[in-house]
Amino acid sequence: MEVYWYIIISLALVGFFILDGYDFGVGIIHLFFAEEEKDKVVIAKSAGLFWDANEVWLVMAGGMLFMAFPLLYASAFSGFYLPLMMLLWLMIFRAIGLELRGQYNTRIWRDMCDKAFGVSSFLLALLFGVALGNIIRGVNLGGVVNGVSKYESSYFFLPLWNARFSPLAHQPGVIDWFTLIFGFITVITLMIHGANWIVLKTNSSINDRLKNVVYYLNIGLILLSLASIWMGYSIQSDPLGNFITHPGFSIFPLFYILGLSGLFFVRRYRRPIYAFLFSTLVIFGGITTSLASIFPKVLPSTNMVHPALTIYNTAAGDYSLSVAALWSVMGMLLMVLYFIIQRRLLSGKIDTKDYGH
Amino acid sequence: MEDMLFYDRIQFAFTITFHYLFPQLTMGLSMIIVFLKWRSIRTKDRRYNDAAKFLMRIFAINFMMGVITGIPMEFQFGTNWAKFSELTGDIIGQTLAMEGMFSFFLESSFLALFIFGEKWLGQRLHFLTAFLVFLGSWASGFFILATNAWMQHPVGYEIVENGKYVLTHFSALFGNPWLLPAFLHNQLASLVTSSFVVGGIGAYYLLRQEQVDSGKLLLKTGIIFGVVSTVLVAFPTGDWAAKNMVKYQPASFAAMEGIFKTEGGGTEIVLIGQPNMLEKEIDNKIAVPGVLSFLTYRDWDMEIKGMDAFEKDQLPTNVPALYYAYHMMVGLGTLFIGLMLMGLFYWVRGKIYNNKFLLWMIMFATPFPYLANIAGWFTAEMGRQPWLVYGLLRTDAGVSPTVSSGNTLFTLLGFMGLYLLLGLLFFTLVMRIINQGPKV
Ligand code: HDD
Ligand code: HEM
Ligand code: HEM
Repeated sequence: MEVYWYIIISLALVGFFILDGYDFGVGIIHLFFAEEEKDKVVIAKSAGLFWDANEVWLVMAGGMLFMAFPLLYASAFSGFYLPLMMLLWLMIFRAIGLELRGQYNTRIWRDMCDKAFGVSSFLLALLFGVALGNIIRGVNLGGVVNGVSKYESSYFFLPLWNARFSPLAHQPGVIDWFTLIFGFITVITLMIHGANWIVLKTNSSINDRLKNVVYYLNIGLILLSLASIWMGYSIQSDPLGNFITHPGFSIFPLFYILGLSGLFFVRRYRRPIYAFLFSTLVIFGGITTSLASIFPKVLPSTNMVHPALTIYNTAAGDYSLSVAALWSVMGMLLMVLYFIIQRRLLSGKIDTKDYGH
Repeated sequence: MEDMLFYDRIQFAFTITFHYLFPQLTMGLSMIIVFLKWRSIRTKDRRYNDAAKFLMRIFAINFMMGVITGIPMEFQFGTNWAKFSELTGDIIGQTLAMEGMFSFFLESSFLALFIFGEKWLGQRLHFLTAFLVFLGSWASGFFILATNAWMQHPVGYEIVENGKYVLTHFSALFGNPWLLPAFLHNQLASLVTSSFVVGGIGAYYLLRQEQVDSGKLLLKTGIIFGVVSTVLVAFPTGDWAAKNMVKYQPASFAAMEGIFKTEGGGTEIVLIGQPNMLEKEIDNKIAVPGVLSFLTYRDWDMEIKGMDAFEKDQLPTNVPALYYAYHMMVGLGTLFIGLMLMGLFYWVRGKIYNNKFLLWMIMFATPFPYLANIAGWFTAEMGRQPWLVYGLLRTDAGVSPTVSSGNTLFTLLGFMGLYLLLGLLFFTLVMRIINQGPKV
């Protein structure tokens, strides 16, 4: 049961990053590359039509995490208090930027909204990546100083950073050079994903340029991914160990590599959907690889005193997990249905259609 | 420790109050939209369809606000109430996760279809999408009230070694005797809000002499829904909720009614007066003897326990605030019934459109159901104090052990600033839609 819920929640998260991920990516691309007003409008629209429906995935993942792994929810959410609150605020800024852009027809207003949308998308992507980095690196569970814990064993509180920005210090912070790498990997991945989405959904005049952008970003992504593995060695003795003990897990990095290689040929694809599918694969592979590398842990401990949080020691009771599994099957069938309907509605290029608004 | 709890509570109260401004409109409005859409198909009258689509634009903005203010609510269970989440996640996680899976998806998918898909779908399917949006929003109200009902009156659980509450009966969560009355009362209250908003917009058009046709239609719709919902919210559902309080939370009931002393024989109902916590009595009291006993037990002479019958640590922490919140809800509720009946009266006599005074009253009344709803929730939530889960878990045992009060104060101020901005923007957006009107 624990494993079932672990998979479902991970998939919900992957779903969130694939769907709302392109909205973040569109925001960043919009910030750096859109110049003409005509392009800005369609590009913002390609994210703006459905962002709230996409955000529902995060809500759902959160709800299920709460239900299935209450202790993890409690300990991680209170421990990462400050970054999470910033995340919430940034989401609000993003919504403001997206929704209010068309409301007043003055240049300065539109610029302001564009910046709000772009900057908050960038910071959100960075923050989500940093969060992933934190989960892989682990935290000082129990707030141990000199062998004595300040808190109950499963609780902690992370400062935003420590004096040396180093993951190796006693008290790691949210931001250090290891987690930042993950932050930038996420930013670049989502930029690629967002650019592919724009090419797929709009006829903006920068589409050809974006294909080049994707190509170079992809190279950057490969370099950063290699760097993250290399850094992984300085943090854990054996970051790839899980893939040797469970050879089946290697499928996840394979997806990642497949996606990366597919993106090399982005300039050649006739149909932009291929590029989009490859960046989807990168997201899927990236998240699952990261999670698999620490499985069954969900939050490693950086001290010797307290053991890591795992899916087993944080899970809800068996009865709860089983009834929830029953209704979740029904829920997922419905979700597939909604999803198909939604995407039918979104088919075709956005700027050639009249969406009422 | 003390002020940590204080800031956590203020932050939760502030953010939930703000969040609830939006769902209370969407839940009621979705029902009114379904009604208008149905009328438009039955009568083939375009005006109904225009009104439905117009209201859906207001709905969409409220929905968006509901989403961005709802996510902080969900997060706060983990960030600020970590101990609570750890201990009860097994149970209230169920209803919260179901809410995400069954209602938010439904609502957001079909809202998009309603707004973008009329031509593509045809009228009947378009009606269906409106209905599914309605279903989604009522389902989320249901699940969230099931969550709240469990905190007010926990059922179907068992306590295991480390003090955790684990679920033993899934069906008990939904058969909770607290749930049905609270759900119906709350949904009707949200219908009150929406009727006043719809009626208020209608009155505004009539007073401005613009979009007069739509104005009449909206005003009439507001009054129809208003008459029904204002009556039903007081009786039977409000009455029903009060009976639940006597039965399951007698100490809170005594506090909200302002009964300090247990009297043999019938208990009076306090209509007006200020609780005096030092003298333990109501100042400037206007009360009617025996009525409270009658209302609760249908018997003029039944005894009702006063606050003196309970230990001090069982009583709600802030009696006067609870008392005022409750009296505000009930008082406003009475006024609403009066106003709506007056509207109905003039409508039936065919004189409503010229009655400037009444139109002004209806327009000005628009914000008050929001106040009544918030007062109602303050009654429910402060009445639950000092418990986080009634009778089981004290509020001070539920906060996050590692988040310091400085951090909470900082984020509280952040939310206040952001929500101020958000509120202003929301207001201008809605006013723009109203000024454009159904005919565009
Ligand atoms: C338009 C709003 C409105 C109006 C006019 C009323 N209520 Fe109400 N009331 C609510 C809106 C509300 C609410 C916000 O929806 C609450 C909060 C929790 C709930 O389930 O409903 C509530 C709760 C609530 C409770 C507490 C139940 C609990 O703790 O869950 C009681 C005892 C009453 N109500 C009783 C009444 C009575 C006797 C009314 C007679 C006029 C009345 N209400 C009018
Ligand atoms: C149904 C969903 C709700 C749940 C699960 C819920 C849960 C909670 C929790 C966990 C707290 C903090 C602990 C406490 O002070 O007891 C709280 C407090 C509070 N909530 Fe709710 N709440 C809900 C709905 C609402 C709504 C809609 C409102 C108001 C519009 C509201 C108003 C308040 C207030 C005023 C407090 C502070 C009470 C006090 O500390 O004295 N709640 N609620
Ligand atoms: C502490 C309590 C609450 C939490 C954690 C919470 C959580 C949320 C979340 C996360 C959303 C966004 C959903 C989305 O992405 O579509 C939302 C929206 C919504 N909430 Fe709440 N909520 C709370 C209280 C309430 C209450 C008391 C009600 C009404 C009874 C309510 C009714 C709704 C509705 C109808 C929506 C849909 C959006 C809308 O129509 O505005 N919520 N809530």
